[in-house]
Amino acid sequence: MACKNYILVCGGTGCESSRSDEIYRDLIKEAELQGVKEEVQIVKTGCFGFCERGPIVKVLPSESFYVGVKPEDAKEIIAEQVIKGREVKRLLYKKDQNTADTVKVKDIDFYQKQFRVVLRNCGVINPESIEEYIARDGYKALEKALFEMTPEQIIAEVKASGLRGRGGAGFPTGVKWETASKAPGDVKYVVCNADEGDPGAYMDRSTIEGDPHSILEAMIIAGKAIDAHQGFIYIRAEYPLAIDRLNVAISQAKEMGLMGENILGSGFNFDVELRLGAGAFVCGEETALLRSIEGNRGMPVPKPPFPAIKGLWGKPTVINNVETLANVPVVLTRGAAWFSSIGTDKSKGTKVFALTGKINNSGLIEVPMGTTLREIIFDIGGGIRNGKKFKGVQTGGPSGGIIVEKDLDTPISYESLISLGSMMGSGGMIVMDEDDCMVDVSKFYMAFCVDESCGKCAPCRIGTNQMHAILDKISKGKGEESDLDDLERIGKAMTKASLCMLGGSAANPTMATIRHFRDEYLEHINEHKCRAGKCKDLIVYEINPEKCIGCGLCARRCPVPCITGEKKQPHVIDKSRCLKCGECFKACKFGAVTKR
Amino acid sequence: MAKMTLDELRALRESKRKDLEKRDVEGKDIQIVVGMGTCGIAAGAKQTFDALVDQVQKNGLEGSVLIRQTGCMGLCYVEPTVEVLVPGMPTVIYGKMTADTAEELVKKHLVGHQLLDNHILDRPAADIMKK
Ligand SMILES: Cc1cc2nc3c(=O)[nH]c(=O)nc-3n(C[C@H](O)[C@H](O)[C@H](O)COP(=O)(O)O)c2cc1C
Repeated sequence: MACKNYILVCGGTGCESSRSDEIYRDLIKEAELQGVKEEVQIVKTGCFGFCERGPIVKVLPSESFYVGVKPEDAKEIIAEQVIKGREVKRLLYKKDQNTADTVKVKDIDFYQKQFRVVLRNCGVINPESIEEYIARDGYKALEKALFEMTPEQIIAEVKASGLRGRGGAGFPTGVKWETASKAPGDVKYVVCNADEGDPGAYMDRSTIEGDPHSILEAMIIAGKAIDAHQGFIYIRAEYPLAIDRLNVAISQAKEMGLMGENILGSGFNFDVELRLGAGAFVCGEETALLRSIEGNRGMPVPKPPFPAIKGLWGKPTVINNVETLANVPVVLTRGAAWFSSIGTDKSKGTKVFALTGKINNSGLIEVPMGTTLREIIFDIGGGIRNGKKFKGVQTGGPSGGIIVEKDLDTPISYESLISLGSMMGSGGMIVMDEDDCMVDVSKFYMAFCVDESCGKCAPCRIGTNQMHAILDKISKGKGEESDLDDLERIGKAMTKASLCMLGGSAANPTMATIRHFRDEYLEHINEHKCRAGKCKDLIVYEINPEKCIGCGLCARRCPVPCITGEKKQPHVIDKSRCLKCGECFKACKFGAVTKR
Repeated sequence: MAKMTLDELRALRESKRKDLEKRDVEGKDIQIVVGMGTCGIAAGAKQTFDALVDQVQKNGLEGSVLIRQTGCMGLCYVEPTVEVLVPGMPTVIYGKMTADTAEELVKKHLVGHQLLDNHILDRPAADIMKK
């Protein structure tokens, strides 16, 4: 027999430390004492996020969500909820009013910070079943677009919704469609940008893997809006599952008459084909992407003319990001007014982020625009791993910057992130803690840009190399203070003179870290010190002879090996041969190996 | 399935919607949904899926249990993720459901109507498609 109630006690590390274990035991004890042992099951769960307000207890099926619960509350929870069927009001979570004005949609009334528009079907439907997509209002927006709306009306609706591009730049989608629709040309194209090259980003992959039809539906709608009949999805070959699911979706849609000729008898034709990219970051840049589809080498060309006027094979082309497109069917089915009620003044709707790095609950999240970074990192993400201290969060990938503690309460929007010296980017969000070195982080992103620069324009080709060389020098303790000025000077030139935004934004991570962590750069330069212990050339491993008992574990773990010593006598590291792998440091049980 | 007309699409949507609401597909009223995005598969979701099929058979429940796949539920830190729907019980999402947990899931949850300790996670967001 199923129980009448299930009481879930959060067992995440945050709540464990605030006595959730005791609460768990007391609830079981109380259930027994009050004679309802058979009617309720007390269950320990994984982390619910929200650790700041833990310990958290949730009662099902009523979905009562209690925060800040104490062991003493166990008696009342059992007596009230299990026996009398009433919630314990004083423990219920109350949404704080500060955020209420940024998130207006009434549906998000409960404690949930997430709101899924783009990911509406991800993790819900079988992505290989067109029927399940259809059952959840799938292809309903297409019906509307084909039978009830003129192209002008579709464009007007998308414009009114305030939807802006999720691929990075945030250009208003409706305006882009309007430009392409008005551009003269007999043949036009719709392209979906699924290149997703930012390190740490996987939102677009997950969206396609979880809900491929939403992209197809949106592309057909865009086709109707601009009078195009052919679409291409440019997706990187290293996303095999996403490619598979798209192929399945395309063949299902064709078979059922939702794609191809005379869709649903409307007389409108539209086809979609895949184009696989080889995984070059620059091919995510729209003009390079279009060259790549044409079969040429993926290199950017100057804009204007913009693709909406002269795109694929010189024809007017709408190119949109995966996430942008995934919003489109909802904009049409729910209407522009509904959509624009979510978010902030200028940034409407939601944003999907891939939350990774030193965070407890890494994952794919979707929040209304206007949510703060603090809510994302500490409420949804459950805070920093291993109780370490938050240092910064990287958004916008190699084109973005780092946002620090003092700015965490800024509501997220395209504008606010730029004003903080970062950008929305496509949605990678990498959380860093005190063990991350900012010089090392900048060097990583600059190395990425050196590798990914296509080499066509000199500012980017030479600038990224020069900046990387300087960062490398600093990380080795060989920098000078004037290097910081040089970095800024080269960065400025690159930002101004590069052909595309790869070079145009490659200096951003370095500039942002210099701005926020200048002292850390100076430490590397003047004191030859890396406080995070990341820059290998600056760290030294030593054995403290007073603490070493001569167990020899470090010597056995050392891969070189360069640790010697008699049994039961203090050991020594030969620093000239040490690789600084840190194995001895990790192995020592006596704290005798030191790192500085 | 042949090419559809507008009316046929609408009819299909209605009937499928009812199916989804009933949650009673092909006469099976218990559902196990496994998150099979790249993240889930990398963490062993395929093995979990197979182990679940196995355990459902071993316990003679093939007639009433439907095992399905879905995309990423968003809880990448606790993959593989599995959602379980049993009539009369709250629907829950479990994380870290590697293949070796399949037996406990079937015996304890499906047969014993008890939830599993240490695996339950909160549903990340309300469903906007349910009006
Ligand atoms: C170096 C570089 C890489 C880019 N990579 C991507 C990408 O992977 N995916 C994407 O959608 N947009 C990417 N963009 C942005 C595209 O150029 C373009 O703005 C976007 O596809 C437009 O779609 P949207 O308006 O829907 O955002 C990149 C831009 C640059 C400069």
